[in-house]
Amino acid sequence: MKPRNLSIVLAAGLALAAAGCGSSDDGAAASKSAAPSANPNAPVSISVNCEPPKTNKVQRTTFEEDVAAFQKLYPNITVSKVTDAFPCYDPKTFEPKLASGDLETVFYVNFPNVGRLIESGQAADISSYVNELKTFPDYNSSLDLFKKDGKVYGLPTDGYGMGLVYNKDVFTKAGLDPNNPPKTWAEVQAAAKQIAALGPGYVGYGEYSGGNTGGWHFTASLYGRGGSVISDDGKKAAFNTPEGKAVLQNLQQMRWTDNSMGSQLYIEWPALMKAMAGGKMGMMLGAPDVLISLRNDFGGKFENYSVTAQPEAKALLNGGAGYMINPKATPDQIRAGLKWIEYEFLTPGKGQLDYVRAKGQDLTVGQPYPDLYGADTASGKAVTDLRAANANIDAAQFAGWVEGSKGISPKPEPGPYAQEIYAILDTPMSAVLTRKDANVDQLLSDAEAKVNSMLASKS
Amino acid sequence: MTTASIPVTNRRRRQPSKLRRSVRRNLTAYGFLCGALICFAFFSWYPMVRQVILSFQKTNFVDAPEWVGLKNFRTVFSDPAFAPAWINTAMFTLLALLCGYVIPFITAIVLNELRHARAYLRFVVYLPVMLPPAVGVLLFQWFYNPDYGLFNQVLGFFHLPGLQWLNSSGTALISLVIVSTWMNMGSGTLIYLAALQTIPSELYEAAELDGAGLFKRIRHITIPQTKLILLVMLLLQIVATMQVFIEPYLLTGGGPENSTVTVVYLMYQYAFNFGSLNAGNALGLMLMLVLMVFSAIYLRVSRDNTV
Repeated sequence: MKPRNLSIVLAAGLALAAAGCGSSDDGAAASKSAAPSANPNAPVSISVNCEPPKTNKVQRTTFEEDVAAFQKLYPNITVSKVTDAFPCYDPKTFEPKLASGDLETVFYVNFPNVGRLIESGQAADISSYVNELKTFPDYNSSLDLFKKDGKVYGLPTDGYGMGLVYNKDVFTKAGLDPNNPPKTWAEVQAAAKQIAALGPGYVGYGEYSGGNTGGWHFTASLYGRGGSVISDDGKKAAFNTPEGKAVLQNLQQMRWTDNSMGSQLYIEWPALMKAMAGGKMGMMLGAPDVLISLRNDFGGKFENYSVTAQPEAKALLNGGAGYMINPKATPDQIRAGLKWIEYEFLTPGKGQLDYVRAKGQDLTVGQPYPDLYGADTASGKAVTDLRAANANIDAAQFAGWVEGSKGISPKPEPGPYAQEIYAILDTPMSAVLTRKDANVDQLLSDAEAKVNSMLASKS
Repeated sequence: MTTASIPVTNRRRRQPSKLRRSVRRNLTAYGFLCGALICFAFFSWYPMVRQVILSFQKTNFVDAPEWVGLKNFRTVFSDPAFAPAWINTAMFTLLALLCGYVIPFITAIVLNELRHARAYLRFVVYLPVMLPPAVGVLLFQWFYNPDYGLFNQVLGFFHLPGLQWLNSSGTALISLVIVSTWMNMGSGTLIYLAALQTIPSELYEAAELDGAGLFKRIRHITIPQTKLILLVMLLLQIVATMQVFIEPYLLTGGGPENSTVTVVYLMYQYAFNFGSLNAGNALGLMLMLVLMVFSAIYLRVSRDNTV
């Protein structure tokens, strides 16, 4: 091509491409303006995310089977797009996708981000539609996180309280009884010391300290000790208390007096998981899902790990994930999206709760989660029975957590600004793990002032 | 009259054809210029304008944006990490200049003086630039491990006590500077080397005849002769190092105790972890204004030395 023609083609191509990059963020949400279709069987197209990645062949296949079965069951609904980006909720792409109109109709969200999305109006109000779901009345309190001012903005599909994950093999090597894990923080401290004494590389107790994970685990520990991160009205910090002090002092003592926490800092979620899967770490705070993740994602020897109740816990930080609906979705899409969530995640014997299929495909069955329904409800009983009948893992690995956590109330993330609060709380966590002379009182006082200032600026 | 009017008409007729010819002659250039302009407009200028607009708005990308004046700036100002972020960025820039500016220059001088294996050593020096940044950064994560990392083993070899490197608020920032210097010095070295090779060898020969040693030659010949490139590199390096992000993001998460939080890392936190793209843009605008000062100096220096 001649240079002149090439230049014209290039300029024209770029102009066309640029013209195509229109922004649609000025438009109001479709779900707020469009009227619901009178005909519930009207053709509708939706997109969904969180398809398991190609590396996870078994779960990907089951997901694809479910998409096909779902469309067969509801011939008017077309699942036009399925995305498999991992992690399923990526804050880096969420807003650009929402702004450009590429956000899926049904999108995954983990608990720490639920409050923020509701607060900022980035999830559709589904209150008018949820009563069409058969299992909705059976939900337990995990649904509360998705509610605001009496309205429902999403549905939890996975939920669990915090516990103490430990390596039975390391316990045995250290002369500890793996069937009798620590029940108090004093016992955790003693066991950690014993494990660290095994030699170089052994870490008694691992803990996060950066990338917002430090603040997250501080919150979990604080809840366990009966404390709160923010006041009930959400306007003030509430962690500068004896409970908050105890969390930090305990870590400081294990790190510097007992030297049982190693010197490595763990600043992101996978870092501590990798260390735990490495087989030389004794204990960490973690929910039951940690065991499955250690097996599936980090190559840990599954049978070596167990989870027991969080020591001396008075409340448990409620972890998990769920699904929300694109705020730009039409009423028909909302209705169809909720049907997908119901089919894939909430119906006993279907989708993720199809334990017969899971057992046949060497997926783990028997772990005590997702914990979505009240124990006495029809859905709760059905899930429990199906799970027990098809269990293929040793229930004893989770028994300590199940028994020990009974009756301990779940407690949600600290409001819509949880991530900002966690970032501030990273500082005291990293301080006690990196400075022997860290002043716990001063750290808490400084963090309290910072959280108060941040909350004041938000209001 | 008749004869006189003919040339006028011809001139009139000739004028448009001259213009047409001129346009036709430069059409290729205009075409390529349009391409560049469209690229800059949509990938540089439009995002910059959008950034300015977003920093004065509150938007959730669902409803119509709302103008909020300086609220986003106030949010950023009141952030407890705001002051540490600027201080850390300034410290990082200063340290990165001390290390990342001087070391490549010295390396270039040494390479220029070498008679053997020059090409091989040039390749070795440039090698880190070819590594993906994330790989280089994660490599240093191993080097910095206080228990089994390379650096503490080297210190141990000399009977020196090991350091906590990334795990201490006292050493974390300088640890990031070391990574940054290692990753980026290759480009600087090659640019300095190119500048050194433009210096006429007669100057060095004359200086040697006058009995000037190595340091005197560097002071009186090398530095004055490369003054412009040194100045330009200094300004470019300030602009680049003030935008440090990948090192704290991958190695420290801004910790310990906010000791490695930088302005761009804080922008990232706002935009992606705190769900406040508008506050992130406000912070970005502040950084842009600071960098514009250095860019203006750079343009001035370039212009003064071009004319």
